Amino acid sequence: MSVYHQARSRSIQLLLLVVFLVIILRLFYLQVIDGRYRQLAMDNAVYAKVIFPERGIVYDRKGRAILTNTIAYDLMVTPAEVRGIDTLELCRLLEMDTGEFRKRLVDAIVKNTSVRPSVFRGLLTKELQARFEENAWKFPGFNLVERPLRAYPYEAGAHILGYVREVDPKDIERSKNFYRQGDYIGKTGLESFYEKVLMGQRGVQYMIKDNKNRLVGRYENGDFDTASLAGRSLRTYLDIELQQLAEQLMNNKVGGLVALDPQTGGILAMVSGPNYNPNDLTGPGGSSNYGKMVLDVTGPMLNRAIAGRYEPGSTFKPLGGLVALGEGVINANFGYPCGGQYNACGHGKPACTHAGGGHAANLRLAIANSCNSYFAHVYRMTVDQSKYRSVKNGYLHWKDYMNAFGLGVKLGVDLPGESAGNIPDTSVYNRENDNRWTSCTNLTLGIGQDKMLTTPLQMANAMAIICNRGYYYTPHLVEKIEGESEQDTALINPYRRRHKVLTGIPDTAFRAVIEGMSDVVKMGTARVAQIPGIEVCAKTGTAENYTILDGRRIKLPNNSMFVCFAPKEKPKIAIAVFVQNAGFGATWAGPISRMMIEKYLNDTLSARSRADSARIAAANLMPAYFKRLQQKEDSLRARQWFKLTRDSSYLKRITHRSDPTTPRRSVPVPTERRSTAWMGESRKKFGWEADRPA
Amino acid sequence: MRPQQGTISKGVDWGLFWILLALSTIGLLAIFAATYKEGDPIIASWIGFKTDYSKQFYFFLFSLLIGFVVLLADSKFFPATANLGYALGIMFLFLVFPFHSRIKGTESIIRIGAFNFQPAEFVKIFVALALAKYLSLPELDFRQTRSQLRAAVLVLFPALLCILQSETGLALVYTSFFLVMYREGLPASIPVIVIAAVILVVTSILVPPNLLAILLTAAALIVLYALRRSFKRHRGLFTTIVLIWVIAVGVQRFVVPFLFKSVLQKHQVERIYDLFGKDNPYRQASDSARAAVDQKKKETGTSYNVRQSKIAIGSGRFLGKGLLSATQTRYDFVPEQRTDFIFCTVGEGFGFVGSLLLLGLYLLLLMRTVTIAERQRSTFSRAYAYGVMAVIFFHVVVNIGMTIGLMPVIGIPLPFISYGGTSLVTFSLLIFILMRLDADRKMVLR
Repeated sequence: MSVYHQARSRSIQLLLLVVFLVIILRLFYLQVIDGRYRQLAMDNAVYAKVIFPERGIVYDRKGRAILTNTIAYDLMVTPAEVRGIDTLELCRLLEMDTGEFRKRLVDAIVKNTSVRPSVFRGLLTKELQARFEENAWKFPGFNLVERPLRAYPYEAGAHILGYVREVDPKDIERSKNFYRQGDYIGKTGLESFYEKVLMGQRGVQYMIKDNKNRLVGRYENGDFDTASLAGRSLRTYLDIELQQLAEQLMNNKVGGLVALDPQTGGILAMVSGPNYNPNDLTGPGGSSNYGKMVLDVTGPMLNRAIAGRYEPGSTFKPLGGLVALGEGVINANFGYPCGGQYNACGHGKPACTHAGGGHAANLRLAIANSCNSYFAHVYRMTVDQSKYRSVKNGYLHWKDYMNAFGLGVKLGVDLPGESAGNIPDTSVYNRENDNRWTSCTNLTLGIGQDKMLTTPLQMANAMAIICNRGYYYTPHLVEKIEGESEQDTALINPYRRRHKVLTGIPDTAFRAVIEGMSDVVKMGTARVAQIPGIEVCAKTGTAENYTILDGRRIKLPNNSMFVCFAPKEKPKIAIAVFVQNAGFGATWAGPISRMMIEKYLNDTLSARSRADSARIAAANLMPAYFKRLQQKEDSLRARQWFKLTRDSSYLKRITHRSDPTTPRRSVPVPTERRSTAWMGESRKKFGWEADRPA
Repeated sequence: MRPQQGTISKGVDWGLFWILLALSTIGLLAIFAATYKEGDPIIASWIGFKTDYSKQFYFFLFSLLIGFVVLLADSKFFPATANLGYALGIMFLFLVFPFHSRIKGTESIIRIGAFNFQPAEFVKIFVALALAKYLSLPELDFRQTRSQLRAAVLVLFPALLCILQSETGLALVYTSFFLVMYREGLPASIPVIVIAAVILVVTSILVPPNLLAILLTAAALIVLYALRRSFKRHRGLFTTIVLIWVIAVGVQRFVVPFLFKSVLQKHQVERIYDLFGKDNPYRQASDSARAAVDQKKKETGTSYNVRQSKIAIGSGRFLGKGLLSATQTRYDFVPEQRTDFIFCTVGEGFGFVGSLLLLGLYLLLLMRTVTIAERQRSTFSRAYAYGVMAVIFFHVVVNIGMTIGLMPVIGIPLPFISYGGTSLVTFSLLIFILMRLDADRKMVLR
């Protein structure tokens, strides 16, 4: 019986073999032929954790760290581990209500699951952190995580140093995905310009994660890890004490200040008003402060020292004289019989503050007395030279001079966001004057008006050219880069090249200009800049400006301007100060410059200057029209918000403040704009472009 | 190196024992690799009965103890108590209904103290014995359809009870006993029909219904045309072909949809379609309304399991990553990896070579069992041996097939390897009883 179907044992064995063969072939395919799975398993389990290096440190000229790193703490929560805690106590500790607590916990779970840590509250204040640390044992599931922050120990140099923020999608795109979501990048100032130097080199730590994305250990004991390299430091020309003084003096003022060392082009101090404390953008309140500043019409984030465009006015006159000297149309003895106004163009403009008495009998006198007729005439002589055959050609040559001086072009300072100012092209005059114009059309260019716009940096550089007698180094902040690489050399080499302009002007001619500027201090408009023991050369300037507000043209107080250098022989510092809507050049900008020189050359302030500095620092010269402007912008934005959300609460809050007598029509219908776009527009319309009468 | 018990060792096939020992050891290692966490105190937890690997170790010792008892028993004991055992097994299966504990999705587990029993698991032993007993009845003529039906009922009744306990996987195991019946004389046409039916069902999943109907009709017409001359000589041939065509189309058009819509549960249908990488067309409207949720589920559901399991095994490559460097299994990417998906641990840790070795061990075990079966003089022993072989074969093929995407996900353990006391003891007992019967093969002729 047992052999009845014995043959079937063969077929059963065959079945076994065939089925096992199929399985083995399948395994062979999966494990040997198909190579995808190893990578897939790696993707599953290995997490490349980026280790961010410490950013580089910035030092001032005396080796003081003015931008360093510090550590803040984020409170993290792993919701799954939060068990049996006294919610009320934690809420009291963190100063939040239980509703907020619950909301944040739910947010954390939604965003990041309940088993992975998420930020419960970012950047605790020191006080909160200490309070939490004491009680940390009571709150399982909560822990503090270190987070490196930038710190500005001198609380100065906000515009120069700049700030870091998380990268936005545009940064990521621009960097060809070098940066990743969550990375920090220098957004402005040195932080941005020297980003590659300061950021260092990221390291990668390969970690093993489990199925819930929790990191559970190192991958292969860290054999594949790469170490991070700390960012390299920068040595700047800045004098942080000088900078602090300058910021004090520019407190509550709109304008720009630049002080540089003419021998090297190194920037000693640079202030833009209104200013802000750079530490406001880091730490706990950083984001909200940033939001406020961005929406502030006074533009605290704008660096007016390099991007504010001002009509230079009289401060331009020494340069106008130099161009004429360089062209050989005048010599230092050239005089002009000014009788109180310039009559050669038939309309008696520009007027001159002096009349007769030979106040423009030579270049030196003309500068000392700031004769408008003289420099208007000299400008005309320059562009009307017969060798250029036409005024347009002559003007182009004059413009070349301007560009060589760094006016109308970007100087190339090592900060982002520099403005070129404005020296218009002939095409502008062609268009406006039907192609027919003469040197009379724009003769006020000779006295720094018309369409001429300059930045404080450009004017400080112009001073450097004068006191250096014809050359300059591109103004810059960074003297040395730690461990300078070839790339770095390429980056800062432009600042080591001497730019020679105005060759062929005899030394005597330079002397005449410099003596003229010296006379301005000794007996002219800049007497306020006199310093015992130091011979200061200076030039004041005062420019009218207007704005249009609520459909009316308003005359604003004049811009106060002051340019100077000192000492006369072997000058060590060149300064340009522009204070918007402050009045005469000698009233505000002059004393500021004087104190800067005193501080830099003598290292202390005289008693007189100390009193002055207190007075000036306390003075609030913020133009009043900003208030109205801010209100208008806010209500525009509120309306925009209302349009987008149909939520009128924001609108009510804003319009409640508004003046009920304001005619409704003055509020234009809002157009689609991004939240910051309006700033550009108002910048053009108002304020720091120093509107001119049309 | 034989154990000291001289009397029981006489005639025992130690080869089986060594294979069993090797497989159980591999199983312990695999469970260790799958559940060990960095920093566990190995020795302490080993002794302490705390971790899965220590529990499995004690289960292993326990199964050896029971095996020892079995080897001491009289081989006549097993045929004598087979029917009683069967009744006992069925009783256990019934006991489950009132007494089962509430453990994830199954109703097949009885909890006594700290231990969980799964009667459906060890009833296999009784069924194997009872089937052998029935097939070895002297008065039985297995050529009779009635006897075949009786044997089928004997096997399928516990399967039915398993289904009622939502243990479809374990129920399917009982179909493996048809292999025993095949060996003992089930008509050869039956496997042919089964295979044809499987092919038909698979094609009706893969091929759109209308197209398949046309193809079947075309095939039938071609066959009819080719055989047109034979119809006169063979009466009924025409009818047979037409009948086959009617049945095939009927199955494809009506039975399969009915099966998927009304008989199988939703998750089972999903699993089958997942296997073929197709979207389930039988999803109801209310389900598709929650399509987004389903998609999410899919990522964590069975297709996720299989995908992770394939990644684990595939990433082992030729030589494997080493026992504790297997990231997929060590960091819980593969769900159920200590039980149903334990093969991943082997595949990832030891690669193709390790998998091949394990499969080789299984093949050796199965081939050995067939050899042992064929050398028995008694039908009882032979039928029982085939029963053991069939059950293990089914478990191995379905379990490994599932982890490498050859089979739908059916939750049955890998013999000797998967974590689980009942399963380990059951399979060890199956083998030990076989060893006992085989040792006495010359003594009795039943």
